[in-house]
Amino acid sequence: MVTIQSAPTLILPPKGEPLICFQGIYKSYNHKPVLRGVNLEVRCGETLVILGRSGAGKSVLTSMLVGLETPDAGTITLAGVELTGLRTETEWDRLRLQMGYLFQGSALYDSMTVGENIAFPLVHHRRLTLNQINQVVKEKLALVGLKEVEGLEPSALSGGMQRRVALARTLALNPHIIIYDEPTAGLDPITSDGIAHLIRDLQKSLEVTSILVTHDLRTARFVGDRLALLYDGRIVFLGSNQELEDSDNPEVKSFLSPISLTESEGI
Amino acid sequence: MQDRVLQLAGHQVVRFVDYMGQLTLFFVAAFTALFRPPWFFREVIAQMFHLGVKSLPLVAVAAFSVGLVLAMQTVGVLSWFGAANYIATIVGMSMVRELGPVLTALMVVGRAGSGMSAELGSMRVTRQIDAMRVSAVNPMKYLVGTRLLACMLVLPLLTGVADILGILGGWVIGVTQVGLTSKYYYQLTLKYISLNDVVPGVLKTVVFGAIIGTVGCFHGYHTTHGTFGVGQSTKAAVVSGSLLVLISDVFLTRISLLIWP
Ligand SMILES: Nc1ncnc2c1ncn2[C@@H]1O[C@H](COP(=O)(O)OP(=O)(O)O)[C@@H](O)[C@H]1O
Ligand SMILES: [Mg+2]
Repeated sequence: MVTIQSAPTLILPPKGEPLICFQGIYKSYNHKPVLRGVNLEVRCGETLVILGRSGAGKSVLTSMLVGLETPDAGTITLAGVELTGLRTETEWDRLRLQMGYLFQGSALYDSMTVGENIAFPLVHHRRLTLNQINQVVKEKLALVGLKEVEGLEPSALSGGMQRRVALARTLALNPHIIIYDEPTAGLDPITSDGIAHLIRDLQKSLEVTSILVTHDLRTARFVGDRLALLYDGRIVFLGSNQELEDSDNPEVKSFLSPISLTESEGI
Repeated sequence: MQDRVLQLAGHQVVRFVDYMGQLTLFFVAAFTALFRPPWFFREVIAQMFHLGVKSLPLVAVAAFSVGLVLAMQTVGVLSWFGAANYIATIVGMSMVRELGPVLTALMVVGRAGSGMSAELGSMRVTRQIDAMRVSAVNPMKYLVGTRLLACMLVLPLLTGVADILGILGGWVIGVTQVGLTSKYYYQLTLKYISLNDVVPGVLKTVVFGAIIGTVGCFHGYHTTHGTFGVGQSTKAAVVSGSLLVLISDVFLTRISLLIWP
């Protein structure tokens, strides 16, 4: 195990205390509102799943945590840092080093090999020798259940393997907070289950706080400690698996029912 | 009717000025970022190599052909006046002062400018640029700044090659049709070409490099609408890159004639 000198760490609250807090988040594009007052609290150490149909604004909401989008109104605090107050990319970068974001389509750098992809954050943010970097790359690949793929081009891998490589890259700097944006989207059910298992195993071994965005209920139930439903620009439900099951909220029911809106609208 | 034409023209002018403003801001943002640590020397060298290797064959062939054709066309006229020997001077002067730089720039726009735009465009739509930002690496610097600087450094080198190959094209005609010896052709070429002809040509290419890099990266970086958008950006980069090279050439030539008459 290579010891990695760590970036200045966020001061995390004790387990179970609020870590991330969205308050009254509004966002619209071309006068079309997408988020209309989102309030949501993520507790330290938990895995929170954000459910919602395609286009509900899940990705928009989570990208605000890493500064790829900014809310029109409302505040987001993360471990006491007010994200809406961050002005420069440099300020954001300090925070981004503590976070991992797994993109919906993996977003692997296609001009680099698998190994170079995972090494990219290390090369830029850690003073390590080439040998040490290679060792960390191997470790991270092992963590996601891959080996001997370092030299391959990302395009030579299957979708499921690409997702794993992207996850290994996300884990490269040992983030405290991991955001998974639709980690199983576009994968066949068996591969998807593999990814879901992997995510749950990682949660147990790494003790991180995770936010997982999905419209796939199976994955959501499997990995989530708590589930939230984003509907019509607001969080209309937040609770445990059982509470979701028992809820008589009409939006929850329509989301849960077998022929749900998601499928009937075909989006 | 007249009003509408004027209005339309005015609108285009405003759009052009706006576009130039955006390009300038983009250039300044990327270029100034390069002068703060961390340094990306390696990436600049890699991009230079990439650019140079991609464009060199094209530039070489184009310059040689143009030198050849230029000599063919002028040798006839020159012999009317019994001045066929001047072919060396005319080809050398034209290549070094004008054709070398512009030809190289146009070839690089087509080859590398489009390439940069397509590359950054596909990185944008597949969210690789966002991934880079989330990894706390500034893409304006790592992707754009390095390419810009590489363009500005490589163009003078490529232009040097173009100048030499163009002159070689002229030499072929000089030796075969005019009957000059190689040595004499060489002497004639150097006789009238001074540093005052070479320096402005080379300096111009640095500006062309900045234009090509800026336009190529700008359109790629701001790609929207998925893969369809990548094609659009590439087209825009090539069209506006070539035009801006030619337009700026007018001004740069004017200025260089004032400084080095
Ligand atoms: N940059 C953008 N420009 C315009 N509209 C956007 C942009 N980003 C997202 N949207 C719109 O916001 C809505 C929510 O998008 P998104 O968060 O990606 O949904 P999802 O819940 O599927 O992740 C969509 O209707 C999308 O069209
Ligand atoms: Mg999404």
